[in-house]
Amino acid sequence: MSWRSCFYFLRAAHKTLYTLQEQLGLLGRSGIRPSSTMAQTVTPILSVLPTRGLVDEKFKVALENLPPRFPVTLHSLHQSEDKDYWEAFGYYVSDDRGRVTVSQDASLGGTYTGAEPMGLLWSMRPVPGSRTGLRLRKMDVQSPMVVLISAYKGHVFEGFREQPPMASAVTERWYMAPGVQRIDIRERGVKGTIFIPQGPGPFPGVLDMWGGGGGLVEYRSALLASHGFVSLALDYLSPKVAVADDQSLVYFEKAFNIIQQHPQVIKDRVGICGLCLGASVTLNVAAYSESVSPRCCVCISGSHVLPAAKSLSYVINDGYKHMDKLLVDEQNRMVWRHAILPITTNPDEKLDMGRIKCPLLLVNGDDDQSKATVESAEDIAKMMRAAGNEHLLTTLNYHDAGHLIEPPYTPHFRASNFIIQHLQQKVLVLWGGKTKPHADAQEDSWQKILSFLREHLYPCPSSSIPQAKL
Amino acid sequence: MAQTVTPILSVHPTRGLVDEKFKVALENLPPRFPVTLHSLHRSEDKDYWEAFGYYVSDDRGRVTVSEDVSLGGTYTGAEPMGLLWSMRPVPGSRTGLRLRKMDVRSPMVVLISVYKGHVFEGFREQPPMASAVTERWYMAPGVQRIDIREGAVRGTIFIPPGPGPFPGVLDMWGGGGGLVEYRSALLASHGFVSMALDYMSFETFKTHDECLSYFEKVLSIIQQHPQVIKDRVGICGLSLGATVTLTMAAYCKSISPRCCVSVSGSHVFPYGVSLAEVFQFKEMDMGKARLDEQKRVIWHDMILPIPTDPQRKVAMGRIKCPLLVVNGDDDQNWATVESAEDMAKMMRAAGNDHLLTTLTYHDAGHLIEPPYIPHFRASNFIIQHSKQKVVMLWGGQTKPHSDAQEDSWEKILAFLRQHLYPCPSSSLPQAKL
Repeated sequence: MSWRSCFYFLRAAHKTLYTLQEQLGLLGRSGIRPSSTMAQTVTPILSVLPTRGLVDEKFKVALENLPPRFPVTLHSLHQSEDKDYWEAFGYYVSDDRGRVTVSQDASLGGTYTGAEPMGLLWSMRPVPGSRTGLRLRKMDVQSPMVVLISAYKGHVFEGFREQPPMASAVTERWYMAPGVQRIDIRERGVKGTIFIPQGPGPFPGVLDMWGGGGGLVEYRSALLASHGFVSLALDYLSPKVAVADDQSLVYFEKAFNIIQQHPQVIKDRVGICGLCLGASVTLNVAAYSESVSPRCCVCISGSHVLPAAKSLSYVINDGYKHMDKLLVDEQNRMVWRHAILPITTNPDEKLDMGRIKCPLLLVNGDDDQSKATVESAEDIAKMMRAAGNEHLLTTLNYHDAGHLIEPPYTPHFRASNFIIQHLQQKVLVLWGGKTKPHADAQEDSWQKILSFLREHLYPCPSSSIPQAKL
Repeated sequence: MAQTVTPILSVHPTRGLVDEKFKVALENLPPRFPVTLHSLHRSEDKDYWEAFGYYVSDDRGRVTVSEDVSLGGTYTGAEPMGLLWSMRPVPGSRTGLRLRKMDVRSPMVVLISVYKGHVFEGFREQPPMASAVTERWYMAPGVQRIDIREGAVRGTIFIPPGPGPFPGVLDMWGGGGGLVEYRSALLASHGFVSMALDYMSFETFKTHDECLSYFEKVLSIIQQHPQVIKDRVGICGLSLGATVTLTMAAYCKSISPRCCVSVSGSHVFPYGVSLAEVFQFKEMDMGKARLDEQKRVIWHDMILPIPTDPQRKVAMGRIKCPLLVVNGDDDQNWATVESAEDMAKMMRAAGNDHLLTTLTYHDAGHLIEPPYIPHFRASNFIIQHSKQKVVMLWGGQTKPHSDAQEDSWEKILAFLRQHLYPCPSSSLPQAKL
């Protein structure tokens, strides 16, 4: 990530920002020469620290130089790569010293309430008039998400474009820490992207897989590398990657080997992390692969209910066969959670969890409308208890969280557009979750996922090393 | 591998403003394990600068730089930012170096590394256990940078993000000349429209009035910017720039600053009886310049004793705006402390000393800059009018000088905010509680 490309991006982002500012109406354009004798002029000082942060880093938004007990709206605005606008806002009242401190003060209304330091990010939703079924995802991780934070007079719920704010600040949110390297992988038929942390290494490794939507989704891997893990984001469903009909696990084993054999990776410290279908693949590899053994696994919103010996495409198609169990709700959104309910008792129709030999972390939301993950987790625990390997299992269930439990502070959406890959059919899928609990789940689970990966993949310091005499 | 230690090194924020503190932390070390934390930076001039501190992990195998004590290295004690301000050129570097960022659109990139044991040399010859990269920016995201070329006026304006309007600052550096943008970029990152001015590269002025008109014109460029609050423009200057600042505050007729900051400056004209003579590139009387034992040039005595002839100095009694004076008492380049005493005396006599605030930092030198940039006691300098290359002694001891930079910057920002940001009117309708 060169400074040059960063600068051009910022300049382009700033042009966009400037266009927004023009739309918001710059004071200067009205021909009025501003002076401080204008009695109604309030010139607050808005600050966001850090100005440039990692996506999972908390920020502090603060206002000062307001009159005391002055109502303001703090507003955030982001233009996605798809050119849609997302926004959030909270209502505050300055204290007696004319200050608002978002990390401490309570928002009295808006898209979030209460003392929520990061509410301006996780409670974002598409602005009125947007296209429907949107999902916010950063596909280009070499540039940051640019967010405009503004302060408006009074408690405003609409018309943010029609009135100028009192002040604004720009903050960048990055998936890649400085020094992280991004390398395209096209080897042995495997398609993906490797992210390597800064430093001599060697580092633990993670194979990172997303869900049935397919494609090459890099942001979680970029973030993992920013936390010290060599991480490979794997594309395993795109048409060009002819793996879907492969009955074996060879493709995934090759991907795992690519990580292990990287000169900067500690060979016996490679784990797997997957979400949704990716989680199922994770369990499949962990239980059945004869050539690779992950050191640990993280399964987010996944299930073990899939026939082991079948190809991925069979698994996916199979799911759509149970059409009588696939509901469509009153808003025409697909509700898929019942497809695997009740959890089958037939051992041929699910992975044998007794075969798992490494620590396993399950992360689920109990309002998951897309997959019966909580029920699956209960069945997994039962199988492992019977097999005697339950001590390897840790399950985190988040109340009122939905299916798409992602790294923290990116917005929650209860449903979004989805293309069923092999049918090339566009539907609206209900993921579930309520915004605030889901956002809390993303924050808490991410910390726990990072700790889990550190605990199992980073070698413990040896106590036989000579120590400093105190 | 029994001897493998794989610590986890973190720096927060990974990308910060130059004046933002960071937190450097290590975990997953064995307990009571000695380590060296090292910083490395490659300047725009391609020189390497480094700093390092010695630590011992606690019983949980952690080192927290913002709290723990460095036991040695280029800094000691609990110094969260020591890895930046105590940097110096690596062994074998060219001499007389000064670290300055001329391109503010890109960040300073610093590599922080951790080595086993307490190491004082050979950082390049052994691999560190871990490293992290951090960026230090002068420009916050959203700050605009605009070149100004209007007639003889050459500078750069930085505009904060947002609709404005904003207060403005005219920002001037010293007799070394050139267009130095970083302080302006940082001021804009804190909400001021700021113009960095190159005032040494133009035609010489024949008269004092021509000189003043030039600076009045510059000030009006800022005032007339659509995003600037007309009557909230201040001036900030260092060294010769501070003398210009005081001159403008005292003599400009058509335009006046709302407040002024004078860093390491004097009200005494370097020679002759006006500022204009400075820009005529006259030879300074070098009689009072001294050399120390390392042949470094000390200009401290050039304006001593402080003249009693009022023509030789700015008429401080004419100043009508708040003035903040920032000096280091180990300034070897200019007699700023003595000047400040005389300024106070003149203002007391004229009845306007209520406008004056003076900050004198013990053991700080001449170049009091924004915080966390390394201190250097002397550096190469080209004397403008003779083009002679010397090593100039600026003074200051590293730790006190760095503390002075940190403290004075906060106070300069607070001073500018206080005088340039309009106070919220209490007549505005308030929310009912």
